Amino acid sequence: MAKHVVATAAEIPDGGRKLVEINGRPIAIFHVKGEFFALYDKCPHEGGSLCTGKLTSLVGSDGPGRYSLSRQGEIVRCPWHGWEFDLRTGKSYCDPVKMRVRNYAVSVEPGARVVEGPYRAETFPVSVEGEYVVVEV
Amino acid sequence: MTLEVLDRSQTETAAPAAPVRAKPQRLSIIDCDFHPTVKTIDELKPYLSKRWWERIQTYGLRPRHAFVNGDPYPKAAPRAARRDAWGPDGSQPGSDLAFTQQHYLDAYDVEYAMMGPLYPSGQADQDPEFTTAMVSAVNDWQLDAWAHRDKRLKASILVSYEDPQSSVAEIEKRAGDKSFAQILLLTRTNEPLGRKRYWPIYEAAERHGLPVAMHVFGYSGFPVSGTGWPSYYLEETTGHSAACQSVVASLVLEGVFERFPDVKFINIEGGFGWLAALSWRLDKHWSRLRAEVPHLKRPPSEYLREQLYITTQPMDEPESPRQLIDLMEQVGMDRLLFATDYPHWDFDDPARALPRGLTPEQTRAICSENARKLFRL
Repeated sequence: MAKHVVATAAEIPDGGRKLVEINGRPIAIFHVKGEFFALYDKCPHEGGSLCTGKLTSLVGSDGPGRYSLSRQGEIVRCPWHGWEFDLRTGKSYCDPVKMRVRNYAVSVEPGARVVEGPYRAETFPVSVEGEYVVVEV
Repeated sequence: MTLEVLDRSQTETAAPAAPVRAKPQRLSIIDCDFHPTVKTIDELKPYLSKRWWERIQTYGLRPRHAFVNGDPYPKAAPRAARRDAWGPDGSQPGSDLAFTQQHYLDAYDVEYAMMGPLYPSGQADQDPEFTTAMVSAVNDWQLDAWAHRDKRLKASILVSYEDPQSSVAEIEKRAGDKSFAQILLLTRTNEPLGRKRYWPIYEAAERHGLPVAMHVFGYSGFPVSGTGWPSYYLEETTGHSAACQSVVASLVLEGVFERFPDVKFINIEGGFGWLAALSWRLDKHWSRLRAEVPHLKRPPSEYLREQLYITTQPMDEPESPRQLIDLMEQVGMDRLLFATDYPHWDFDDPARALPRGLTPEQTRAICSENARKLFRL
C-alpha cells in the first residue's frame, strides 16, 4: 500500500469528480460536501465508468406512496444500467454482498506534509501551500 | 424536463483518449442494433417537401399512441441513453458522428453497425402520407449523415409498414444501394406481422435478397401486453419479450416462412430465451391442430430454426451462465446476433455481456460471423 497524491482539494468542487490512474488502475475520486471518496472506476456488472455516473441519494420508503431521500450525493449510479453504489463502502444497494466495487481510503493532506513524504506524487506538482487529495492503493 | 449535462472535463484522463478498456485483445463485432439520431430535426429539412416540413413545424410528429410528445412510460434515463453517451457539446446521444466514432465504433472494435433510427423516424404516424415522406427522408439522411461518411455504418430501409404499397415503392427505390443492409419494421403494428396485408413487404424483401428486421416498440396504439396497459416502464421493457412471441407465432402460423422461404427475419431487442420454449409449444400444438393450418408443411420449429435470427441484447443474466448457454444452444449458436443497442442505457458491452463458458468459435459466431453470413458482408 502506498499513498498517492492525485489532485488538489480545490480542483474537485462539491459534487464533482476526477478520473485518475494509479498503477494502471482507473480510479474515480468524488467530492461530497467536504468529504472525498475513491472507487475503482469499473462497474462490476458490465464495466461502465462510475466516474461518469450521477451522484444521487438513498431512496427509502415506509409504505406505498411514501418515499424519502437520504444521504444526498453519497450514492453513485452507473451511467449504463443504473446499478447504485454507496460511495462510503463500494457496496451496491441491491446486492451488497456479490455486487460491490473496490473502494480506497482517501484523505486530504496539507501541502507541507505531502512534501515531506512518504507520498508518491511523481506526476503531480506539490507545493507547501494548499491541500491535496491522497489515495491509498 | 431538465437534462443534467455531464461535465466531461474531469471524467476523462488525459491519455488515452479512448475509454480505458478491460481487455487489450478484443474481438471485433458486427453490431445488429445501433441507434443514430439527429442533433435537431432541422437535419431532415433538406429531404422533406415544403408541405411536410410545414406539417412538422405546425403539428410535430404524431405517432399513434396517447402521448404524442413523449413516451408512454418514462425511460430509465434521459433519451433512454447511457449517461456517458451525450456528446461533448451536449448533443444528443448518437447524433454526433465524430464522437460516436470515438466513443462507440472505435472503442468496441465495431466492424459494421446496423443502424436503426427510431426517433425521429415518422413510422406509423397518424397521417400515413406523412409517414411515407418521413421514412424516405430518414433513409436519405442515414446515407448522407452516416453511411457515406463511415463505411462501418449500414443503413436500414425504413418503410411505412402500415401502407404496404408505399413500403414496396420505398424498398424498390433503395434496394440497389449496398449501403442498405436490411428492411426495418417495428414489432408493434396494427395487425400481427404475419397477416397478409404485410406480405408485399416480404415479397419485395425476397426479390432483393434483403433481411427483414423487426425492432421492438411501435405505434400501433395497442398496449405492449395482451391484457391492457401496464403500470411501469419495467413492465413495458420486460413485456417486449411476450409481444415478440406473438409476432413470431403470427409469422410462422400465417405461413409467411412457408411462402417466402428465402427471406430471413431478425427479431431485435426482445430477448431470445423464450424462443426455445415457444418452438416446443408451437410444435406440440401443431401436432394436434395442424388441420387448422394446412398451409404449413413442416413443424413450426423448423421454419423458425431456418429463417429467424435473434439479437442478444438486453442479455438475460441467470445466476448460472450455463443456463444461458443451454438456451443459446436451443435457439441455435448460428442464429444469435450480437447487439449493443448503443447509445441506449441498456447497452451491452461485447467484452462483458456474453456468458462465460462459450467456446471461442461460438463467441466469434455470435459477435460477427453469423451477421457476416446473413448480410453477406
